Amino acid sequence: MTARGVLGSIAVVGLLANVPFAVHRDDVLNFLVLTLLTIALAQSWNIVGGYAGQVNLGHAAFFGLGALVTRTLWIAGTPVVVAMLAGAAVAVAFALAVGGAAFRLRGAYFAIGTLALGEILRITVGNTLPEISTLPATTIATYRLATRYWLALTLASLSVLAVAWLSGSRLGLGLQAIREDEEAAEATGVGVLKLKLLALVLSTALAALAGGAFAHYHISYYPSHAFGPQWTFDAVLVTFIGGVGTRHGPVLGAIFYVLLKEYLAIRWVDFHLLIFGALFVAIVLLLPGGLVEIATRLRQLLPGVARLRS
Amino acid sequence: MISVLPQQLVLGLLIGGLYGLAAAGLSLVFGVLKVLNVAHGELIMLGGYGAFWLFALAGVDPFASLALVIPATLALGAVLYWTLFGWVVRYHEETRIKNSLLIGFGLALVLHALAVRLWTADERSITTRYAGSVVEIAGLTVPLVRLASLAVALGLIAALHLLLIRWRWGRAIRAAADDWEAALLTGIDVRRAYVLAFALGTGLAGAAGVLVSVGYSISPSIGLEWTLKALIVIVLAGLGSTFGTFAGGLVLGVAEAVSATVFGGPYREVAGLVIFFVVLVARPQGLFARR
Repeated sequence: MTARGVLGSIAVVGLLANVPFAVHRDDVLNFLVLTLLTIALAQSWNIVGGYAGQVNLGHAAFFGLGALVTRTLWIAGTPVVVAMLAGAAVAVAFALAVGGAAFRLRGAYFAIGTLALGEILRITVGNTLPEISTLPATTIATYRLATRYWLALTLASLSVLAVAWLSGSRLGLGLQAIREDEEAAEATGVGVLKLKLLALVLSTALAALAGGAFAHYHISYYPSHAFGPQWTFDAVLVTFIGGVGTRHGPVLGAIFYVLLKEYLAIRWVDFHLLIFGALFVAIVLLLPGGLVEIATRLRQLLPGVARLRS
Repeated sequence: MISVLPQQLVLGLLIGGLYGLAAAGLSLVFGVLKVLNVAHGELIMLGGYGAFWLFALAGVDPFASLALVIPATLALGAVLYWTLFGWVVRYHEETRIKNSLLIGFGLALVLHALAVRLWTADERSITTRYAGSVVEIAGLTVPLVRLASLAVALGLIAALHLLLIRWRWGRAIRAAADDWEAALLTGIDVRRAYVLAFALGTGLAGAAGVLVSVGYSISPSIGLEWTLKALIVIVLAGLGSTFGTFAGGLVLGVAEAVSATVFGGPYREVAGLVIFFVVLVARPQGLFARR
C-alpha cells in the first residue's frame, strides 16, 4: 500500500468512527453496521476463495460457530470481546480439524464438500438448539447501537488490513501461485497444504469474529440461522461482484450489495437475489474482474483522471 | 424402535427411487459435458411447479402432466445450454467444472428468487382423489402414489438407458463423454451431443420434480436439498452407469431411513451428508471416475 493509500484509509476510518456522534438515526446506523459486517465476512471469504482460489461453500459454518460461542459466553457474563475471541478460537480449531481432509479435494469437489460440511453443522445445530435466542431484558435495556457500530467498524477495518497485508506478503503470493497452478506451485517449492491451512485459519478467524459481532448485534434469532447457507452465498456474491482476489473488491461489492438490497427490500423482499444472481452469472462469464475491473477500465478510458491521480 | 424399521425401509426405498432419478440427470450432464450444474435442484423445483399448476388450474392428472412437463423442461435445458452453460465448454476440464459450478450457483439464486416472487414461499403438494390410497404388503403400508412414482422413475431410467444405447445421438453422447476430441475426429457433432445431453438432464430433472410434487411436497427452497441429494448419489454410484445411479439412489434412501430410525428423524439428512463428505475425501480423484 502506498503512503497515500495509508493516509486515505486512516482518514476514512477516522471519519466513519465519528458517524454515531453526528448521525442519530437508527436506520442509518443499522445500514452501516450491516455493510461493515458484510465487508468483514466477504473479505474473510476472499482470503481462501479469492487469493487461494478455493471456493469454500461452507463458510457460514465459521460465521455460525463464532456467533454461537460468542452469544453463549456473552449472555453468561463474559465481556463481549473475550467471548468473540473464544468464538474465533473454537472456529479455528474446527477449521483445522476438517481443513486437512477438505483440502484433499480440488476445485469444484472442494466447493461441494465444504457445502456438505456447512449443511451438516447447520442441521445439527438446528436440531440440538431449536429454541430462539433472545437477549435478556436487562441487556436490551442497556443496548446501545453505537457500540455495535464501532465493533463492526473495527472488524471491517481489521479484515481490510489483513487482506492488504496478505496481498503483498509471501503467504499471499504463495496462495496466488496455488490458485493459478497447484502442481507448478508445489514443484517450485510452495508448501501447498501449509499455506492453504494458514489462509484458512486467517479466513476462519475473521469470519468467526464477524459472527461474534452479529451475535452481539442481533436481539433475537435462531442459533441455526447464523449457520444458514445464505451467509456463504452473500459472501460469494459480494466478493465476485466486487472483484474476486482483489483488495478493494469485497469492500466495493459489499457497499453496492447492501445498498441495493436495502433499497429493493422496501418494495420486494428477497428480490435482490434475482438481480444479484443474474449479475453474478454475467460477471463470471463476461467480466471476471468484477466492479474493480470496471473501475480500472474507466480510469484507463479517462487519461486525464489517471494523470491527476498519479 | 426396531419394529418401525421395516416400514421406514419401505418409505426409504420409495423416496430413494426419486433420488436416483434426480441424480441420473445431473450425472448425465456432469459425465458428458463435465459441467457441474448446482442449479439441478432448482430445475427439479420448476418441474414440480409445472405439475402443480397444471393440476390446480387445469385439473391435469400429475402422472399425465409428465407428457407436458418433460418436453417443456427439455426445451428449457436447450435454452439454458445456449445462453449459459455452452459458454464454459471451451475451457479445459478443471476450469470448466469450476466455472459451471459458479454459473449454476447464480442460476439457482435467480430461479429461487423468481419462484418466490411468482408463486410465494408456501409449501405445496398435489392432492389427487387417489392420494390417500395405500396397499398393504406383508403388513407394511405402501402409499400407492409413491409406489407409482417409483415405477415411473424406474421406467424413465430404463428409457434413458435405451436412448443412450440404441439411439444414434445417444451413442454420440456416450462417445463425447468418453473422449470428445476423438469423437470430434470421427465426425460426431460434439456440440449437438452436448446440447442434447444437457436437455435430457434437464428433462429428467423436470420429471423428478413432477414425482416430488405428487408424493411429497415442493416449495421454492427445495432446490439446494435436492441438488445435495443428487450429488450424494453420484458420489455413491460413480458416473457412467444409469442403473448404477438408480441403485445409488435406493441406497441413499435406505441409509436415511436407517439413520432416521436410529438417531431420530431430524438427523435423516445428516447421515447422507456425512457419507458424502467421507467418501469424497477418501477417494478425491477416483470418485467421479467412469466405471
